[in-house]
Amino acid sequence: MIRIVSTTSTLAGSILLLAFVCLASTAVYAEWQTLKEDGLHDPLNPALQWLQNPGDALGRMPSDSAGNKVDWVRAFEDGYIRPRSSIHGEAEVKQLDTEIIMNDTGSLPRVMFPHKPHTRWLDCENCHEQIFKSKAGATPVTMSKILEGEYCGVCHGAVSFPLTECNRCHSVPLNGTAKSQ
Amino acid sequence: MKKYDENVVLAIVLLLSMVLVAVDLLTTRDAHAEYGDVVINKYSEAAGMRPVVFPHWFHRVRFRCKVCHADLGFKFEAGGNEINMLKIIDGEYCGACHDGDLAWSVENCDLCHSGAPGTPTQVHESTLQKLVAPTGGKATE
Ligand code: HEC
Ligand code: HEC
Ligand code: HEC
Ligand code: HEC
Ligand code: HEC
Ligand code: HEC
Repeated sequence: MIRIVSTTSTLAGSILLLAFVCLASTAVYAEWQTLKEDGLHDPLNPALQWLQNPGDALGRMPSDSAGNKVDWVRAFEDGYIRPRSSIHGEAEVKQLDTEIIMNDTGSLPRVMFPHKPHTRWLDCENCHEQIFKSKAGATPVTMSKILEGEYCGVCHGAVSFPLTECNRCHSVPLNGTAKSQ
Repeated sequence: MKKYDENVVLAIVLLLSMVLVAVDLLTTRDAHAEYGDVVINKYSEAAGMRPVVFPHWFHRVRFRCKVCHADLGFKFEAGGNEINMLKIIDGEYCGACHDGDLAWSVENCDLCHSGAPGTPTQVHESTLQKLVAPTGGKATE
C-alpha cells in the first residue's frame, strides 16, 4: 500500500482534483454523437437512417452532466417519459420509500441509498437477495468492489449515472444531514 | 469511531483520481458512442452478421428496467444471455417485443445487426471498460 503523509490538505486537494476531472470530462462530451460518427455503428449500414440519433430524443429532457446527459430521475418524476411497467402497459409496481445511510466511507461524506428512485425503475428482485441483503449494513460493500462492477457498480458505471459522480452517492456530510435534492 | 486508517482512505482517493484523470485523457480522443449502448457479438460475426447494438437510452424511455431485467429475465451482463435467432423468433429475449406487433419484427435484420465489424461484446463507456482497456472495449468474449 502506498504511504502518503496524512494531512487534511492533501485530502481536500485530491477531492478538488476529482471535482475538476468530473467537470473537465463534461466539458469535453457536451454533445451527443450521431450514430454514423459514434464509432460503434457501421457507417456503411444503409438501415442507419431508420435509427434515431440519441440527441434527437435526449436533447429534449432535463439535462445532466454525465452518462446520457439526462437526469433520468427528474425525467421520470416530471413526466417527460412514462416508461411502461410491463410489456403490455401498466402492472402493479412494488414501491419502497426508505433511505439507507452507509457509514464506512472514511473521511468522505456518507453514502445515502434511496429506495424510492430505484423501485420506480427496478423490481426488488433485481437487487435482493443476489446483489444486496435486505438488512441495513449486512452487505460488505466497498468502493473497490463497486469500481470492479459489483454492488452499486452493477448499474452505476454501465447504464445509470456513472461512478465519476462521487457526490451523488456520497451525499451526506460527515456531521450533518442528507442534502435534499 | 473511525474504522479506516486515514492513510488508506487517502491512498484510495488519490489512486481513484489518478485513474480517472488517465482514463479521461485517454478516452477524449476516442469515438464516443452513447452511454449504456451494449454490443452483443458472441455469435453474430462468426455467422457472417454485423454485431448487435442494443441502445439502453432508447428502450428506457419506453420501458422500466424491470420489464426486461425481471419480467423477461435478461441478466445484468453484456453477453451473459445466450441469445440467438431461434429464441428471438420463438418470442424470447428481444423477440418478446420485436414481434411485428409491439415493435417491428425480426425481418429488419440491419436495425439490430448495426455494429461496426470487429466490435467485441461490451457495454459502451462502462467504468470497467475505461479501467481495463481505455482505448478499446471491455471484451467479455
Ligand atoms: C420490452 C420490449 C422490448 C425488448 C425486450 C426489446 N426491444 Fe427493441 N424496441 C422496443 C420498442 C417498443 C421499440 C420501438 C419500436 C418502434 O419505434 O416501432 C424498439 C426499438 C429498437 C431499436 C431501434 C431504435 C431506434 O433508433 O429506432 C433497436 C435497434 C432495438 N429495439 C434493438 C433491440 C434488441 C437488440 C433487443 C434484444 C437484445 C431488443 N431491442 C429488445 C421494445 C423492445
Ligand atoms: C453509486 C454510488 C457511489 C459512487 C458514485 C461513489 N461511491 Fe464511494 N462508496 C459507495 C458505497 C456504497 C461505499 C461503501 C459504504 C459502506 O460500506 O458503508 C463507498 C465507499 C467509499 C470509500 C470508503 C473506502 C472503501 O473502499 O469502501 C471511499 C474512499 C470512496 N467510496 C470514494 C469514492 C470516490 C472518490 C468516488 C468518485 C470517484 C466515489 N466513491 C463514488 C458508493 C459510491
Ligand atoms: C437498486 C437496488 C435495490 C432495489 C431495487 C431494492 N433494494 Fe432494498 N436495499 C438495497 C440496499 C443497497 C439495501 C441496504 C443493504 C445493506 O446495507 O447491506 C437495501 C435494504 C433493504 C431492506 C432493509 C432496510 C433496513 O432498514 O434494514 C429492506 C427491508 C429492503 N431493502 C426491501 C426492499 C424491497 C421490498 C424492495 C422492492 C420494493 C427493494 N428493497 C428494492 C437495494 C435495493
Ligand atoms: C440494479 C441497478 C442499480 C443498482 C445496483 C444501484 N442503482 Fe442507484 N440508480 C439506478 C437507477 C436506474 C437510477 C435512476 C437514475 C439513473 O439511471 O441514472 C439510480 C439512481 C440513483 C441515485 C440518484 C437519486 C436521485 O434522486 O437523483 C442515487 C443516489 C443512487 N442511485 C445510489 C445508489 C447506491 C449508493 C447504490 C449502491 C448501494 C446503487 N444506487 C445501486 C440503478 C441502480
Ligand atoms: C430484434 C433484434 C434482432 C433482429 C431484428 C435480428 N437479430 Fe439476429 N441476433 C440478435 C441478437 C441479440 C443476437 C445474439 C447476438 C450475438 O450473441 O452475437 C443475434 C444473433 C444472430 C445470429 C447468430 C446466432 C444464430 O442464431 O445463428 C445470426 C446468424 C443472426 N442473428 C441473423 C439475423 C438475421 C438474418 C436477421 C434478419 C432476418 C436478424 N438476425 C434479425 C438480434 C436480432
Ligand atoms: C428493453 C429491454 C431492456 C431494458 C428496458 C433495460 N435493459 Fe439493461 N440490458 C438489456 C440487454 C438486452 C442487455 C444486454 C444483455 C446481453 O448482452 O446478454 C442489458 C444489460 C444491462 C446491464 C449489464 C451491463 C454490463 O455491465 O455488462 C446492466 C447493468 C443493465 N442492463 C441495467 C439496466 C438498467 C439500470 C435499466 C433501467 C434504467 C435497464 N438495464 C433497462 C435490456 C434492457
